[in-house]
Amino acid sequence: MTAPPAGAVVIGASAGAFDALSAILPRLPHKFPWPVLVVVHIPPDKKSLMAELFAARCQVAVKEAEDKEPLCGGTVYFAPPDYHLLVEPDGRASLSSEEPVHFSRPSIDVLFESAADAFGPALVGVVLTGANADGAHGLRAVHDGGGTTFVQRPDTAQATMMPQEALAACPAARAMTLQEIAAYLNTVGGDA
Amino acid sequence: MTDDHIPPTKVDDVELRLLLDAIAQVYHYDFRGYSMASVKRRLSHAKERFACRSYSQLQDRVLHEPDVFPALLAFLTVQVSELFRDPAYFRAIREKVVPHLRTYPSLKVWVAGCSAGEEVYSLAILFREEGLEDRTLFYGTDINTEALRKAEAGVYELERIPLFTENHRRAGGKSSLSDYYTAAYGAARFDPSLRKRTVFSDHSLVSDQVFGEMQLVSCRNVLIYFDRNLQDRAVGLFKDALVRKGFLGLGSKESLRFNKHSEDFSEFARDEKLYQKRGDS
Ligand SMILES: C[S@@+](CC[C@H](N)C(=O)[O-])C[C@H]1O[C@@H](n2cnc3c(N)ncnc32)[C@H](O)[C@@H]1O
Repeated sequence: MTAPPAGAVVIGASAGAFDALSAILPRLPHKFPWPVLVVVHIPPDKKSLMAELFAARCQVAVKEAEDKEPLCGGTVYFAPPDYHLLVEPDGRASLSSEEPVHFSRPSIDVLFESAADAFGPALVGVVLTGANADGAHGLRAVHDGGGTTFVQRPDTAQATMMPQEALAACPAARAMTLQEIAAYLNTVGGDA
Repeated sequence: MTDDHIPPTKVDDVELRLLLDAIAQVYHYDFRGYSMASVKRRLSHAKERFACRSYSQLQDRVLHEPDVFPALLAFLTVQVSELFRDPAYFRAIREKVVPHLRTYPSLKVWVAGCSAGEEVYSLAILFREEGLEDRTLFYGTDINTEALRKAEAGVYELERIPLFTENHRRAGGKSSLSDYYTAAYGAARFDPSLRKRTVFSDHSLVSDQVFGEMQLVSCRNVLIYFDRNLQDRAVGLFKDALVRKGFLGLGSKESLRFNKHSEDFSEFARDEKLYQKRGDS
């Protein structure tokens, strides 16, 4: 058994997600120390191609999260369509078919809130482009747990509402461009 | 001032544990081995709903006000379901499992965590369409007695019917779903003859024992709410309940991959999460 990871990155994106993630995930270095968990809003009946599409373009491993899977560094986990993705206190993923939140399952808030609980200050929360309010509460929870928070600068986002709502709920979050966020993530976890 | 200040989230965790202990001791529902991330989420909603400041306050109400626990149980158990949810699963049962089931003179099917009966009615309809209904006994079990009452009644809101109809069609339905219900007063009442060979009962995968010699166990979207130890226990029950070469069906994002009993099953239809118990276990 490997020890649970020391920290994690959680990312939420909706309308315009693919382009935004394309500016971030392929730039994560091969040896990225933490797991990266991503919620993208996708229609429930669609098989998500996100994991496949990004696996081909990233240096880190990319997959759809499985229930009770131990989270590993250097791996990106996408929430499967029609399920919420949560982080257990012991650093495993878990799935849930509870009611949608903000009309979304998976929901960014659900992931962020559970991850804040599991990782506290060793968590980076990132809210990207989107046309709804999901992620705002969650980002606030990341901040309240002592974690670091980033929001895509609304004027650079394909859809501005989600970043704006996140900044309103979590004014301490830093608004940055996708390039700046990608550059920051490269420094995460140190080289310990 | 001392500096051994306890962070508020940790206090929360302590209180939550105590609340779950209290529920287990007094009401004999044991949620301590469930996925904590999800239990926490749902109990924090319950805390709001009951206007409680803390889990300790909620515990006080649960222990001293008789109406509170039944309402809390609704928060603790996730009741989302559909008729023919994930049509591909039912299609695989129809096309791949049914040919094996036909070789048995009598059949027992166990739907564990059947919620308000949606999955049981789906299988009853499918078995009727395939001509297997008359030789089959269905067991639908759950811990939510309110859901079991709904399952007995077989009445669903009319607005859910279009989705059920579409699911049934995509599951390879050989008849029209409207053959099986009558609509009145905004509700669809399913044909009571569909459950004449069904027993709904209160049974917990956490604490109750195994029953029956099953050819098929369907347990979908229940294991995701359990931690790994409980998942091991539940799948152990299914293993013991199944005849040799019996079938186990899981939810579309569940698998036996991290389960202690995975070696005792082989993958039968991988994408549809259908497993077959090995002949030698
Ligand atoms: C999300 S529903 C699944 C309904 C249906 N099987 C489906 O997939 O659509 C989960 C069900 O599991 C039940 N459940 C939770 N804990 C249980 C336990 N220990 N034993 C049996 N059922 C349980 C809940 O009450 C709920 O009805």
